[in-house]
Amino acid sequence: MQVTAPGRALLTGNAAAAWAARLARVDYVPAFPITPQTEIIETLSAWIDAGELDCRLVTMESEHAMVAAAGAAAVTGVRVFTATSSQGLLYALEMLYAVAGWRAPLVLVNVSRGLAAPITLEPDHNDVLAARDTGFLQIHCATCQEVLDSVLMAFRLAEDPRVRLPVIVNQDGFYLSFTREPVELPDPEAAAGFVGPFDPGTLRFRASAPLSQGVAVLGGGPYSYFRYEMHLAAQAALSVYDEIAAEFAATFGRRPPPVEAYRLEDADYAFYMTGSFATRAKEAVDCLRQAGWRIGLVRPRLLRPLPEARLRELLAGKKAVAVIDQNLSLGKGGVLYAELASALYGHRGAPLLVSFIGGLGGRDLPPEEFFAMAGVLKAAAHEGAAPPPRLLFTAEELEEVHRLRAIAGAERARLKESP
Amino acid sequence: MYRLRFHGRGGQGIKTAGRILGTAFFRAGFEVQDAPRYGAERRGAPIFAYVRAARRPIGERGIIRRPDLVAVADDTLVTIPAAGVLAGVAPHTVLLLSSSTPAEVWRERLQLPGLLLTLPLGEVWEAAAVRFLGATLAGAAARLVGVIPREALVEAIAEELAHLGPSLTTENQVRALAAFDLLAEHAGCVSEGPEPSAAAYEPPRWVELAPEGADLAAPAIHLPATSEAVPTGLWRVVRPLVDRSRCRRCAWICSTLCPDGTISVDGDGFPVIDYQHCKGCLVCAASCPARAIRVVPERQAARVG
Repeated sequence: MQVTAPGRALLTGNAAAAWAARLARVDYVPAFPITPQTEIIETLSAWIDAGELDCRLVTMESEHAMVAAAGAAAVTGVRVFTATSSQGLLYALEMLYAVAGWRAPLVLVNVSRGLAAPITLEPDHNDVLAARDTGFLQIHCATCQEVLDSVLMAFRLAEDPRVRLPVIVNQDGFYLSFTREPVELPDPEAAAGFVGPFDPGTLRFRASAPLSQGVAVLGGGPYSYFRYEMHLAAQAALSVYDEIAAEFAATFGRRPPPVEAYRLEDADYAFYMTGSFATRAKEAVDCLRQAGWRIGLVRPRLLRPLPEARLRELLAGKKAVAVIDQNLSLGKGGVLYAELASALYGHRGAPLLVSFIGGLGGRDLPPEEFFAMAGVLKAAAHEGAAPPPRLLFTAEELEEVHRLRAIAGAERARLKESP
Repeated sequence: MYRLRFHGRGGQGIKTAGRILGTAFFRAGFEVQDAPRYGAERRGAPIFAYVRAARRPIGERGIIRRPDLVAVADDTLVTIPAAGVLAGVAPHTVLLLSSSTPAEVWRERLQLPGLLLTLPLGEVWEAAAVRFLGATLAGAAARLVGVIPREALVEAIAEELAHLGPSLTTENQVRALAAFDLLAEHAGCVSEGPEPSAAAYEPPRWVELAPEGADLAAPAIHLPATSEAVPTGLWRVVRPLVDRSRCRRCAWICSTLCPDGTISVDGDGFPVIDYQHCKGCLVCAASCPARAIRVVPERQAARVG
């Protein structure tokens, strides 16, 4: 669709991300141009080519180089945007740590997809969670509107002198990236007014004024200082986020919260999850409420920093919470589950937590499974103990694996026959 | 909520059909969600697109399991299980096939409980009409749901196909409106399916996974058998045929240039094409020095034998 004017339009998550970068008037976009790169970069490059966006786009030889270029450009004091997905984010991982350590304020959109091996093209969150400890702040989106809004907010967050850390805005592959939904496209002047010009402060790296960002080898003491300062800056981003969200609401009439709470007030039970399948959880909440359940949804949009106090406040007094992890820390379990447990541990009124692993590699989460999870919560509350973690995986899916295995069996039989 | 699916092959305008219908719904005042669905496939592979439309914000996501309408651009896909055309078809589901085979024949063949309609586009589709198939199907679907005015359809095509220029846009509009008018008597035959209920639902049959050892549980491919079991030949819309009277038996050219390794050489030195896996890319036909490889549309080839 040729969207040119502000207003409500059907946009994919990829188009929403590109629009946000355009509205933020980014100066520089380094991009690895080949798979798994996204339509976000394609869209921006078409605008630049048509003279609709005054911006420099440079194609790089890898995502590793792309993030290095993004960080280097950001510390010269220009506004930087970039994007990648799945394996690309992992290839950039070393530089994610490095540029966050430089305190380079830039915004990166990640399109979440399951990681190899085996290979899938559909979304889960192990890619973005691999970047969890890098120093990049993380905003996780559930709708295409949120992608646009979050990128605009992310520039403010990254560039705030109290924070000055890079930000990842995460959207799910397919279910947002390729999916069109109605998106309110802000007026360009209002958007530019909200994001504001980039005040680089002391970020003035110039060829004529050499400066080292990757400072020399330090002992553990100074290293601890710099790393912990990043941690404190990330935590400071919580209150900065609230300020930015208030200003965003005043400008655009929407207020993307750090943690979404849906129909939670009188709830005994709650679902807890991130990403685009959370809108399915809301539909399930509505259905369950119709059937007499007192249940809601809690969805952290900010994952770094994690709004722990807010989570405690929202969940205190609930009987049981189903934590649905669209990721798997192999040998431990769901990442959200472990993080929520640590946030609640030892606090008064902490609910029982029941861990579910679901949606790996884009595997569907149909309404029936939300209904069945609610049933598990009720039983757990009745027992006073949580059951072991459960993979959302059905007999039908196991049969499919067995069919594939039958082919593998035939292969093996042939292998043995051949000399 | 309306839940609609378009099926076809890569290159037949299925993504375009979904976008046109989505935009038409949006212009008619609906909340909309539309998306194409494909993986690492290419032209000719079975793909689909889906559209959800409702009078309230849409939270449901992912593939449509119980469609209200299934519109199919290519009737050769219907009987291919991997294409998933008939997945989740319920008594209320309307099936629309772009097919020159009469609807009665399809009804007899498929024995489906719901309404089955055909959109006879004739044999020309293989050459010319395929360019307009997406818009045509969108026009047909718009009429069958019955809640989309003509103007919304016309504007949606103008919006989605603006990049093609005015003459192609107009031609797409003409074709879409022809389909829209042709199906007038079935206007509104597509109904919104039942919504899920937490009071009465079929519980998922969850199973526990047991550790099975890496010998079984590692995703290894030991031999080409896995590839053999995936009939990528169903992606093909045109078929290369070796004319043995012209073939000079320099079979190393076509057999080595075939990107999928589907050409072997028989005892007499003639190339033999494995049609289970030939995707119809026609590299062989283009590289044959003797011009001994003919190209025929798949439907015609299938009829011949």
